[in-house]
Amino acid sequence: MYSYDQYDQAMVDARVAEFRDQAQRRIDGKLSEDQFKPLRLMNGLYLQLHAYMLRVAIPYGTLNGRQMHALADIADKYDRGYGHFTTRQNIQYNWIKLEDAGDILADLAAVEMHAIQTSGNCIRNISSDHFAGAAQDELVDPRPYAELLRQWSSFHPEFMYLPRKFKIAVIASDTDRAAMRLHDIGIQIVKNEAGELGASFYVGGGMGRTPMIAPNIRSFVPLDQLITYSEACLRVYNRYGRRDNKYKARIKILVHELGAEEYTRQVEEEFAHLLQQGIEPPIAELERIRTFFEDPAFEDGPKTIDRSDPDFALWVDRNTHRHKHDSYVSAVVSLKPVGGIPGDATAEQMHLMAELAEQYSFDELRVMHTQNVVLPHVKIADLHALWTKLDAAGLGTPNLDQIGDIIACPGLDYCSLANARSIPLSQKISERFAANGKQDILGELKLKISGCINACGHHHAGHIGILGVDKKGVENYQLSLGGSEAEDTALGKITGRGFDEAGVIDAVETVTDVYLAQKQGEERFLDTYNRIGMAPFKEALYD
Amino acid sequence: MTNLIRLRDDAPVNDPVADFEACCDQSNATAVRIEPGDDARALLPFLDRLNLVEVNFPAFGDGRGYSAARILREAGFTGEIRAVGDVLVDQVNNMKRCGFDAFAPDAPLDADDLETALNRWPEDYQAAADASTPIWNKRHE
Ligand code: HEM
Ligand code: SF4
Repeated sequence: MYSYDQYDQAMVDARVAEFRDQAQRRIDGKLSEDQFKPLRLMNGLYLQLHAYMLRVAIPYGTLNGRQMHALADIADKYDRGYGHFTTRQNIQYNWIKLEDAGDILADLAAVEMHAIQTSGNCIRNISSDHFAGAAQDELVDPRPYAELLRQWSSFHPEFMYLPRKFKIAVIASDTDRAAMRLHDIGIQIVKNEAGELGASFYVGGGMGRTPMIAPNIRSFVPLDQLITYSEACLRVYNRYGRRDNKYKARIKILVHELGAEEYTRQVEEEFAHLLQQGIEPPIAELERIRTFFEDPAFEDGPKTIDRSDPDFALWVDRNTHRHKHDSYVSAVVSLKPVGGIPGDATAEQMHLMAELAEQYSFDELRVMHTQNVVLPHVKIADLHALWTKLDAAGLGTPNLDQIGDIIACPGLDYCSLANARSIPLSQKISERFAANGKQDILGELKLKISGCINACGHHHAGHIGILGVDKKGVENYQLSLGGSEAEDTALGKITGRGFDEAGVIDAVETVTDVYLAQKQGEERFLDTYNRIGMAPFKEALYD
Repeated sequence: MTNLIRLRDDAPVNDPVADFEACCDQSNATAVRIEPGDDARALLPFLDRLNLVEVNFPAFGDGRGYSAARILREAGFTGEIRAVGDVLVDQVNNMKRCGFDAFAPDAPLDADDLETALNRWPEDYQAAADASTPIWNKRHE
């Protein structure tokens, strides 16, 4: 994986010094709260309902054991002994004191980490495929391109005060594991007919109150123009994105209002101009970055798994993913125990994941946007030993992409914008489906919960989505069906009137019963929904 | 203009400042002020006669002026580009990188804080309108 040279380290160290200085000027009254706010946000410090939250960047979701240990230490030293892995492959701490923030950033910098641009109206942490470098179906490892974009976007002088936040995802396989088309810019690394690598650009996707799937605006940007093209996309947005209404300020609205064709025309014009400016990095830099992502020294070993232990076999079926080397798999550590808080991990669990990565996965971990953790390169021969240790620590729940693998935003327990609680609802749903045994027969079913229309919990993209709405001061939940954030990206449709908390749990069970009754062959919930449509579900829910 | 800070050595431009529309119509203006919504590219035909472009920041969080300054520099403008309005010390280094070489903030900037801010960054990752060599070029020199 990537490691800093003296330049990267100097930049991160300068940032820590800058933040300490800004915090001091705030304390001295030289900065008003209004002036300080965007500065602290650009260092990941958010004010929540009860305390400050600190969001730490995990670039393209990749980290090593030492970094995971450091994240655990921060949880112990400055928070309440746990952290929360997010849908953008980052980690958040919910109980931070402002006066500790400078020290935390310094602790992070010591392990080549930071919280730079994890919030604010700037280019955020770049996300990617959590199986990058391991997946059997990828064209190339997408992370070198994400790293190049990380460098370009860090402290970009022109784009620190965009109309709104800006999220980029990079993938390099046809299977989309990063919700690429639901980002402000989604990039897929592709090959053209001449066999050259390039970038296909999707611009203007997003969730929030106006969910949109990004249209493709250019199917091939040569790699030696990647940064220049990105710069053109951003400049058109910075100049013409709406600033009159914060709810209409994302690039998706600009692309929608101009039309994809007109937006593309403006980008192409800006691109032609910027090509004359010589802003592209030397291609040697991409080659330098690529050397950090070369394959580790894989060894041949056993290729078959002893399935005599049924619990282990179930976990293998559900929580491992095919690796490009046939003696290895990628193993998913579930942070979704039955009745747990999705994405939460204690300091002890983080230390253990770090140790297991060092021992079994070439010292590498990944954070998934579904709020789980991946050990990307595990020898098939080591799999049973790994599972035994995970299971003993409560990290072996066999539920990847099952109904218990719920994405939930922080909701009313932490978030000042929330209409309703998300976490307790997700806990109750996972308990219900564990108790009634249906979680084992439902197969792939992605359930996602947001506590308000901002959609941090990706509810639009859930096979089943739940949205907290406010109904005369009472928590109320809307149900939607048919969303997807994979390569068949789709936005869910609302079933009808909402439910209270108990009612929505029953409603989820009702729709899954419709699926079980109507399912043909190997159909997943989403396939059945797409075949039979909304009507049978509505009928079961409301008639 | 008591708060004026300049990073250039020539004499300050004191020409009367026309607003954007007047400048585009009136063929002899030598200084102009543009607002966030104005298209800096509309000034390109007149750059020869301009000595000063003031870019107004009514609120520091509106970042359109950064693009405006860079566009002017990319077109070869060598006159003064002055950031005016809600210009704060934590933004001046980025402004400088985008081509601003004068600042007329509404509220005066603390001289020490300004000095610190302009010397904060040892390097720059990416190219902009200043002469700084990006890290990715230095790595391969
Ligand atoms: C409690 C603090 C939080 C607040 C106040 C907050 C606020 C917001 C707001 C206002 C939006 C809508 C932005 C827009 O559409 O322009 C949003 C979107 C989003 N947030 Fe959060 N959020 C919080 C926590 C989180 C957490 C914990 C996660 C990850 C688990 C997260 C991930 C996202 C994602 C993925 C989106 C939607 C995707 C998109 O930007 O289109 N947020 N958030
Ligand atoms: S979806 Fe709403 S309630 Fe949930 S974290 Fe985002 S802003 Fe808060």
